[in-house]
Amino acid sequence: MTVLEVLGGVLVVAGAGLIALAGVGLLRFPDAYSRMNAVAKAATLGVVLVLLGALVFKPSWQSGVAVLVAVALQLFTAPVGGFALGRAAYRAGTPLGSATRYDELEGAVERVRRGPDHGNG
Amino acid sequence: MIVIDAALGLLAVGVLSAMVRMVKGPHAADRAVAADLTFFAFVAVVALLAVRLEEQALLDIAVIATLVGFLATVALARLVHREER
Repeated sequence: MTVLEVLGGVLVVAGAGLIALAGVGLLRFPDAYSRMNAVAKAATLGVVLVLLGALVFKPSWQSGVAVLVAVALQLFTAPVGGFALGRAAYRAGTPLGSATRYDELEGAVERVRRGPDHGNG
Repeated sequence: MIVIDAALGLLAVGVLSAMVRMVKGPHAADRAVAADLTFFAFVAVVALLAVRLEEQALLDIAVIATLVGFLATVALARLVHREER
């Protein structure tokens, strides 16, 4: 076992563990929005760590370029995808968890749907 | 390579829990989030297989899978929104 293999192993197992934890959060969290929170953050970091670990295991220029492009794309697109999912879920009327105390967007979807002529905000 | 195998097992746990959430629902948004997690796990699995099988071309597939996963997530978001309007 060289130093690179130990470091790569730590990165890979940490990343895969984060994705498994995102799965646990997906099962245990109470509503769709908190599940999105678990997936969008934990799984993004997990994928990035696994990709970097794969690069550390087999370092070369070709795989370095591919991994860097994949990591950059992942870091840019994952928050956008999570935001699009959350926005669509709220507009589709997915209910909030029962522990939610207040909802600052309450009625906003209806106001937008009625159009700018009727609503006052 | 036992470390890679252990990491693949952890990823299998993630995908299995996503499948359970996909079956149980209860809303379309929950299923879309489960599909999102499955895409993430797929990218990680492809990257690990690139090391395990010593096949560098698989890393290029990981790049493509990242893009396809993003497009699929956005398409699913539109689907969630349209379905219950």
